[in-house]
Amino acid sequence: MAENIRVLLAKVGLDGHDRGVRVVARCLRDAGMDVIYTGLHRTPEEVVDAAIQEDVDVLGVSLLSGAHMTAFPRIIKRLGEKGVGDMILLGGGVIPDEDVTKLKQMGVADILLQDTPPNVIVDTVRRLVRDRGAR
Amino acid sequence: MSRFVSSRDLLPRVLAGEVPAVARLLSRAEAADPECRETLGEIYGRAGKAHVVGITGVPGSGKSTMVAVLAAHLRKAGHKVGIIAIDPSSPYSGGAIMGDRIRMSDLASDEGVYIRSMATRGALGGMARATLDAVDILDVAGFDYILIETVGVGQDEVEIASASHTTLVVSAPGLGDEVQAIKAGILEIADVHVVSKSDRPDARSTVSDLKQMLTLGMATDAKTAWRPPVIATSSLKGEGFDELVSALGQHKAFLEGSDAGRARVRRIAEFRMIKTAEELLRRRFKESSAGRVAAVADRLAAREISPYVAGEQLLDGIGA
Repeated sequence: MAENIRVLLAKVGLDGHDRGVRVVARCLRDAGMDVIYTGLHRTPEEVVDAAIQEDVDVLGVSLLSGAHMTAFPRIIKRLGEKGVGDMILLGGGVIPDEDVTKLKQMGVADILLQDTPPNVIVDTVRRLVRDRGAR
Repeated sequence: MSRFVSSRDLLPRVLAGEVPAVARLLSRAEAADPECRETLGEIYGRAGKAHVVGITGVPGSGKSTMVAVLAAHLRKAGHKVGIIAIDPSSPYSGGAIMGDRIRMSDLASDEGVYIRSMATRGALGGMARATLDAVDILDVAGFDYILIETVGVGQDEVEIASASHTTLVVSAPGLGDEVQAIKAGILEIADVHVVSKSDRPDARSTVSDLKQMLTLGMATDAKTAWRPPVIATSSLKGEGFDELVSALGQHKAFLEGSDAGRARVRRIAEFRMIKTAEELLRRRFKESSAGRVAAVADRLAAREISPYVAGEQLLDGIGA
């Protein structure tokens, strides 16, 4: 079997809704990927530390709580502190357009909003990993 | 690590216990990347210090939660703990969803604990192909207890006993009557029995069923010095774990410097050698038979040849 793409999906903060992220997990699994889900109510730092231990290609963070402008900077800061520069960061959930632009400028590779069809999610992950190249 | 770093260059950082380097080498081992083979060989030569504990039991018996609480207790006793949590890959897509970390969230910010999720990717027996490479990597990175949590297995998946120094079999109350306890298979491999969820009222009868089973076997193996204890734990209340940690310590002490311990280490080596040979054989078979499968299958479907002959034909050219 070829090397599987590894993805860690996480919910951070006081956001108790994980139906969406579970659907995403299932889509990625059905596309042949290894998906690690860390459950609800994690801190951004915990999520980054887990992603580093798991050496995932992609860290996907789902936020429906509106806390994305505080969560993502903390995630990016932690990745920097740990010296990890090749992890692809993806955001998902309910995020206003103007924040999408800002988050991308900060270094989030892409934001998949709530209406994104499954095949687009899978294609995005595959494309980002392909573009990154070998590591 | 934004650019490619060779496994050889990762090695000193792995030996220093640097988490990103350990993590990257684990990925390469899991992908069976030929680039890391030599480095893994060197690591194998250096490994052998850690105590490897295999944890198995049927799905839903409470393994992940128990592993998390056990790891926390081992930490309190001053040990560094590596956890390899194995989950099944889908036989259809090859993908996997791994959720063991959900139940291990209390360990998230402890630098003395390293958790790695591994998918089986078609391997049988409750472990992943690269599990033992991962054990070596964590061993040389300075983890002194390595817990392998297998896929929730049934009654026949006993390979974990050939891969670990101490095998812990987790039984949950209410999952079977006393007849389950005398069945062959998974219960026979236990060095330590754990009855999880001891906060439940029916746990006591599970404990006595297991103890009863162990007395039944006493006549035949009275000479073996190790008698598997039965320990009731409640991950919910944190009860029974001091006893479990001391049972692990006792089994470790029992193996150290004894014939049983040497036999165990040798059994693990032999298991590993045979597993590796099988893997190499499978790969060679796949490569050499790839072009012939369709033609031979056509003849077999038309009942021109027998399955046995077809199998022999596919094996032709693989080299003895």
